[in-house]
Amino acid sequence: MTAPRQFLKGNEALAYGALHAGLQSFYGYPITPSSEVPETLATQVGRPEYPEFRTFLQAASEVEAINLMLGAAATGEKTMTATSGPGFSLMQEGISYAHGAELPMLIANVNRAGPGLGNLGPEQTDYFAAVKGGGHGGYRNVVLAPDSVPEMASFPSLGFSLAFRYRTPVILLTDAFLGQLKEDLEFPTIESPTFDTPWAATGARGTTRHVLSSMHIELPEQNLVSRHLRDKFAEITRREQRSEELETRGARVVFVAYGICARLAQRAVRVLRDRSVPVGLFRPITLAPFPRDRLRALVDEGVRSFVVVELNTGQMVEDVRLAVDGAAPVRSMNQFGGLLPSYRDLVDEIGALAA
Amino acid sequence: MIAASAPREAKFGPSSIWTGTPTHYCAGCEHGTLTHLIAKALAERDARERTVMVSSVGCSVFAHEYLDLDSVQAPHGRAPAVMTGIKRAHPELLVFSVQGDGDAASIGLLELLHAANRGEPITIFMVNNAIYGMTGGQMAPTTPVGMVTTTSPEGRSVPQAGYPLDTTKLVASLEGPAYVRRVFFPISPTPAPDFFNARGALEGMQAVRHAFDAQEKGGFAFVEFVSTCSVNWKMSVLDAKRYAAQVLAPLFPSGVLRDRFGLERR
Repeated sequence: MTAPRQFLKGNEALAYGALHAGLQSFYGYPITPSSEVPETLATQVGRPEYPEFRTFLQAASEVEAINLMLGAAATGEKTMTATSGPGFSLMQEGISYAHGAELPMLIANVNRAGPGLGNLGPEQTDYFAAVKGGGHGGYRNVVLAPDSVPEMASFPSLGFSLAFRYRTPVILLTDAFLGQLKEDLEFPTIESPTFDTPWAATGARGTTRHVLSSMHIELPEQNLVSRHLRDKFAEITRREQRSEELETRGARVVFVAYGICARLAQRAVRVLRDRSVPVGLFRPITLAPFPRDRLRALVDEGVRSFVVVELNTGQMVEDVRLAVDGAAPVRSMNQFGGLLPSYRDLVDEIGALAA
Repeated sequence: MIAASAPREAKFGPSSIWTGTPTHYCAGCEHGTLTHLIAKALAERDARERTVMVSSVGCSVFAHEYLDLDSVQAPHGRAPAVMTGIKRAHPELLVFSVQGDGDAASIGLLELLHAANRGEPITIFMVNNAIYGMTGGQMAPTTPVGMVTTTSPEGRSVPQAGYPLDTTKLVASLEGPAYVRRVFFPISPTPAPDFFNARGALEGMQAVRHAFDAQEKGGFAFVEFVSTCSVNWKMSVLDAKRYAAQVLAPLFPSGVLRDRFGLERR
């Protein structure tokens, strides 16, 4: 059991957070910078502190891992994996099938840098793959973005809640920096959400049997299923947009940033506010559904322009522009290749805007 | 394996597991026979409420239309992984899949071999008809050298495509599996002209029963059913049976390659 006061890596907090949230099985394949998640969980399986956590299996590949999860999820089990970009690519097939059969699961992607093998530094380049859906057939993930070690611990519970409430895969999108970052934290109180799973395949009873399939060979049937999936994400978009704001009241310029970039922007906002520059921060917590309603409302509250800070060549900026819909200019501020900007770069960016 | 050991009580009538839906399988295809044997074996042990089937991709993809069971659809080749996820969550369940040779021996070889190597207590039936049936007759890893398919129009050549893969031998090379068997499944020509015997179905019935027994004893079970695909082989049904007996039977010899629980001795 985790002590109340801890000094944990983000990846370790993620593992313990999942255990507190009632994790039942973990299937994964080692990949830097996410490997502390399976390494932590491997030490906890079968321990009396987490009686629900019965299955830990190191798969032969990320392809096998996600398919092991398909089986576990089909029985209504709380199952998760942790990976990074190259592994996330291999999992796209299984994620698509999980959407097709509406199977809940939690997939943590500790984003590393670059296409291909890239490097082990932090990036936010998997935003499109997670938010727009990296696999085939047209589906929408729910995507959560923690910005601290305590949130790495508390988001698996939120992730399972959303996954089971809507029967959908949920992506926890973080990065190499937050995964490896150690922070002093008071381990948060974490709820282990419980759900009825009448749809689960655990044996046919009487006239009831459960067929969990993404195959709908009749065209009108697939049309109905795809409509249902579309409507489901529309409902998620109405009900589940989450975001956090810092000093947006009276702000003229607002940073939009998530994950480690939000932490940098927090510091930049404090420095600028000390200089009486009216700057704020808008932090999407759900990257999907994107918190467009609250972001758009900031324009009506007097925000004149937005600066999107992200560790890629410009991905979330597209969703910010869609949300703002031309009502205010949106600038992009990027760093990538595994490098981070300094908070001073953010301060200077605002200085340039104010000049 | 000899026919004499096939149980005499084997009958192939409808069972409580069979939905009654006519199958989509082509005339002469062994898939329907195997589906019936599975239905019978599960009905015998009254296992409907504790069975989950995993549908693979290929001609077996509609199995849930014919078997009144809980069913989970796996992506192409991934059935052994999906089965493992179900079985680890619910060890009390009987979990099985019918895979094709393309599904198990090509795209899903990694998932098959690793589930086998871990000795997962699951049951896999592989129908080997030496070709991709569902997609219209392309070359499979099991296609015999010289066989003409839509993607080996001059016949499979070794320099270009290598030798046919012996899946059962590969599975049996691992320590993990408890029961590994290959059955020559089609009705087979007898020495008398134009007569065929159904020994394969009797042997198949026994293999299906033992493959479920092995899982219930905690072991990994794999049975390959050497079969025909007359439509994609572009032969008459009976010519396909003859071809299977002449070409496939020597290439993929029948036998029990692993029997850790001594099921065949009873």
